[in-house]
Amino acid sequence: MTVEASRNQGTSGLTVSGLRLMAGGTTLVEGASFRLRAGELVALLGPNGAGKTTLLRGAVGLAHPAAGQAQVEGEDTAAMTPRRRALQLAYLPQNRPLAWPSPVRDVVALGRFAHGAALGRLRGADRTAVERALAACDLQQLAGRSTATLSGGELARVHCARAFAAEAPLLIADEPVAELDPYHQFRVMDLIRAFVAEGGGALVVLHDLALASRYASRLIWMKAGRIRADGPPAATLTAERLADIYGVRGRIDGTRVEIEGPL
Amino acid sequence: MRTGSAWSVPGTAALMLASLAALFAASLLGSTPLEAERVLAALLGRGTVGDQLVVVHIRLPRSLTAFTVGAALGASGAALQGLLRNPLAEPGVLGVSAMASLAATAALYTGYAAASAWSMPTAAIAGALAGTALIAFAALRTASAVTLILIGVGLSSFAGAAMNLLMSLAPNPFSLADMINWMLGSVANRSFLDLAFAAPFLVAGLCLLFAARRGLSALTLGEEAASGVGLNLRQQRLLVVLGTGLATGAAVALAGVIGFVGIVAPHIVRPMVDHDPARSLLPSALLGGVILVLADIGVRLVPTTSELKLGVVAALIGAPAFIWIAMQRRSVHD
Repeated sequence: MTVEASRNQGTSGLTVSGLRLMAGGTTLVEGASFRLRAGELVALLGPNGAGKTTLLRGAVGLAHPAAGQAQVEGEDTAAMTPRRRALQLAYLPQNRPLAWPSPVRDVVALGRFAHGAALGRLRGADRTAVERALAACDLQQLAGRSTATLSGGELARVHCARAFAAEAPLLIADEPVAELDPYHQFRVMDLIRAFVAEGGGALVVLHDLALASRYASRLIWMKAGRIRADGPPAATLTAERLADIYGVRGRIDGTRVEIEGPL
Repeated sequence: MRTGSAWSVPGTAALMLASLAALFAASLLGSTPLEAERVLAALLGRGTVGDQLVVVHIRLPRSLTAFTVGAALGASGAALQGLLRNPLAEPGVLGVSAMASLAATAALYTGYAAASAWSMPTAAIAGALAGTALIAFAALRTASAVTLILIGVGLSSFAGAAMNLLMSLAPNPFSLADMINWMLGSVANRSFLDLAFAAPFLVAGLCLLFAARRGLSALTLGEEAASGVGLNLRQQRLLVVLGTGLATGAAVALAGVIGFVGIVAPHIVRPMVDHDPARSLLPSALLGGVILVLADIGVRLVPTTSELKLGVVAALIGAPAFIWIAMQRRSVHD
């Protein structure tokens, strides 16, 4: 590897190569390779059961690969300590149950866990990061509210703010807009786009193709545990792709997607 | 609106004062009430020999034992609730206390308890660790708190049946009476020596729990996200299992099974610390201590021919509280 290439790897985010992930003897993801660089918003698309969540977990090092590797800053994510990993990657899992009716500010402050922040005693950089994240997600008015009293849309913003507060260069989000109304889907995607505009890199699982083509700079298409295509929306979002990946008939017109029904 | 953080420090200070007041009250009250001046004099090493005997050698070790046991159970309950993300988790409910008590009863039965002053604490702690480890292992396989509590019910039933077996096989009425003491829970006739032998385990357990406190906050997000924000889950589980095992084991070695303090104390504290498990640890320990000291004063004041058992009184108050908390829960949390 050249000096140039290794430096690129050091500054350009997440590199996944030949990743195979297994659970209980079943291969869930096979031979997955992709890169996520700073300044990119990548949407991971595919039908239910395609292995998207498994791939994300493997990429962030929460699932140990049977083969291949996922690297950040030249280090295997699966071998990193949780703390080091959290400083590089903010991860929003699909299930985001809150065990206690904690105030919004405390939940956002948990994003600073890897920095050593303790709830109720935020200081210096931790306090600044939490206030910035609250402001970015328009949550200042709700900062003292109990999360038990929030709507689904408000809660989604709280989780985004929690991820942004970490100030990690990369964001990996599993269905961040699931179960949100269209308005809140746009709001959350706007927040992620703003994060990318400030130099972050985001990998986001989406089910809404129109949303993906509107926001993402690249689409990664998955089916049956394998990556089938990886490229900008203009190149990879086609009627044939919809048929191949989802088994649906659709019409594509620029970034407009119309699904007509099953094949 | 920072009620929790605003409360945390003065609230803890107030609980410390309340602890001292409760311990002092426990020295005043009893079958023969003493005036404050006589108690103070006895505590300072003056006063009559009789007063010193009552205050320093009978009432003080007894109330300190009640406080220590309450503190251990309060902190253990708060920590288990944080780890399992469920307000109904507690050493008693999860069968940890029963396992510790079974080990203590077995130590009495086999005569191992008489071998050394360390026998009783180590046996109880071994039982508690076995129970906690089993629960933590089960928690790896299921996200459902209901399953864990059912396992706790199973553990308690098993330990209860095994203790009944040991009791029916008891070689003489004296060991039978000893065993009943462990089963029912009592702090009567404890000495500073008993406290001293349980103290190292208790302090070690509380230190481990305190070291785990920030991780307990992170677990508010669920295990997957907590791991994502940088928590080492395996280490966190180990800390809490060892910490609650040591603290609960030491508490059972001192006083037998005393249930529900570990639920009631954190339940009262939690809303005042913004539901943060980390900030609830210390106040839950203090409040648990105060509750047991007050309950023990009650036990001593109730005019019955044979003294009530502290564990019985704690369960009479605590079990209805447990049922009430369980009924307040919305099913969506499981």
